[in-house]
Amino acid sequence: MTTLYYTEDHEWIAVDGDVATVGITAYAAGQLGDVVFVEVPDDGKAVSKGKEAAVVESVKAASDVYAPVSGTVIEGNQALVDNPALVNESPEGDGWFFRMTLSDIGELSGLMDKTAYEALIAAAG
Amino acid sequence: MRYLPLTADDRRAMLAAIGVETVEDLFRDLPASARIQDPAAAFDLPDHQGEWEIEQALSALAGQNLSAATAPSFLGAGAYRHHTPAALDYLIQRGEFLTAYTPYQPEVSQGTLQALFEFQTQVAMITGMEVANASMYDGATACAEAAAMACRVTKRKKVLVSGSVHPHFAETTTTFLRYTDCEVEVLSPDVFGLEDLLGRLDDDLACVIVQTPGFFGPLKDYTTLAEAAHEYGALLVVATTEPLSLGLVTSPGEMGADIVVAEGQSLATPPGFGGPGVGLFATRSKYVRQMPGRLCGETVDVDGRRGWVLTLSTREQHIRREKATSNICTNSGLIALAFTIHMTLLGEAGFTGLAELNHARACAAADALGKVKGVRVLSQTFFNEFALSLPKPAEQVVEALAARGILGGVPASRFFPTYPELAEVLLVTVTEMNSDEQVAALVAALTEILA
Repeated sequence: MTTLYYTEDHEWIAVDGDVATVGITAYAAGQLGDVVFVEVPDDGKAVSKGKEAAVVESVKAASDVYAPVSGTVIEGNQALVDNPALVNESPEGDGWFFRMTLSDIGELSGLMDKTAYEALIAAAG
Repeated sequence: MRYLPLTADDRRAMLAAIGVETVEDLFRDLPASARIQDPAAAFDLPDHQGEWEIEQALSALAGQNLSAATAPSFLGAGAYRHHTPAALDYLIQRGEFLTAYTPYQPEVSQGTLQALFEFQTQVAMITGMEVANASMYDGATACAEAAAMACRVTKRKKVLVSGSVHPHFAETTTTFLRYTDCEVEVLSPDVFGLEDLLGRLDDDLACVIVQTPGFFGPLKDYTTLAEAAHEYGALLVVATTEPLSLGLVTSPGEMGADIVVAEGQSLATPPGFGGPGVGLFATRSKYVRQMPGRLCGETVDVDGRRGWVLTLSTREQHIRREKATSNICTNSGLIALAFTIHMTLLGEAGFTGLAELNHARACAAADALGKVKGVRVLSQTFFNEFALSLPKPAEQVVEALAARGILGGVPASRFFPTYPELAEVLLVTVTEMNSDEQVAALVAALTEILA
């Protein structure tokens, strides 16, 4: 069973057991504009909660994408290398950034659920 | 006549605003030992002189120099003299180019951006590479940046610099990487082009940096080294200080180079006092996002017309700060423009023709010099610069030649003072600007000095 969590930096993480998929939200993709390049992390790379894991570059800016929780990268989404526009087309689906294993399930308790996240972006206006 | 726009009242007002009594107070952080106590005694200079008197005084001082403007010159060692046509000087001084210097607003910089795009195209063509940037400051810093880029691309920390590389390129690379995680090993000077680089490759190497023509002249085909380096996952960086050689020899791109760097001075400006230069930097498309420096790209505007714009700016530090590929946020615009105009005026036929002419003249001169008693030509292969071994220290011979009004070449000891075995090595460059008479005069003078 997959549970969806959200961060204040507009990343989503879909957790299934101790494996998770990470991406950026539709809101973030909309704010960025057309994505032209994504740098996904290498397999086996260790990532820490709140630290940079990937880079997304749009026509407007280059932004860091942070790891929502700590763990190890299993796989970066290679489809984004040839087709970075996937991030705009399907940010919460095919435009995922990387899959990882979690080293500390407890870190998930600090993240938001969908309702809380939607309240956050509504308040941002 | 005053040259300074400030009056004593202006100065008093500024000092009051700053909050000090005298100008001297602004220098209070300098240790007394570093300060000149009595300027009048230290410098024999009048307080002021008229513009006319100063022009005469400085002309007289300059007249004490023996320069390539008036004397036959066989100087090289990284700065090469070629004829630049009058049209070039005229065109680069046009206001349209001089005023549109920094092209961050493409809508008002199309002329300069187009020139940069043509520059990049020419650099990529002559080096045989897929993409080139809008230039670095000079060849030495371009070499240093190539080493840093190789470390980023391979995620390794070791850089090996061949003994063929110009010592200024090697030193700049070492200084540039000094306080980083990367280490630079510079091999000892390779006069004959015989050093073994293949045996020094390993899995820790980010790149090997080589130069052809080498500092002492030799031309080398680095295809085998490129293949071997790639097997170890390392990059090959090929440097040159005389890009005219690319008109005659196999391009580094064809050899398998991953990054090519060069000092473009010889194709853009006279040697001057050693600058300003223009650093050429070219690489493969797959590494373009790790390439430092400005990059001009071709695009279309809203009406579909072709236009130019600086692109891939996220490599640069004004966007990515400490994560940028380099801290450079400029290019050597004026000299890059001069390079482009000169290459355009030469065209392909002119470029290859000029290269052939240089090589032919250098070969003839080397033959003649090799016949002088006591002189040995050390370079088995060369483009337009070769190394001679003399029976006396080269520095002495050069002074004796200067006394006879000839700038006879550069002693290797000028760059390698701690290598006594190089004391008798002289680097001689022959270009299209050295006439038969000049070469004959050099041969005659050398014969006399070594008799």
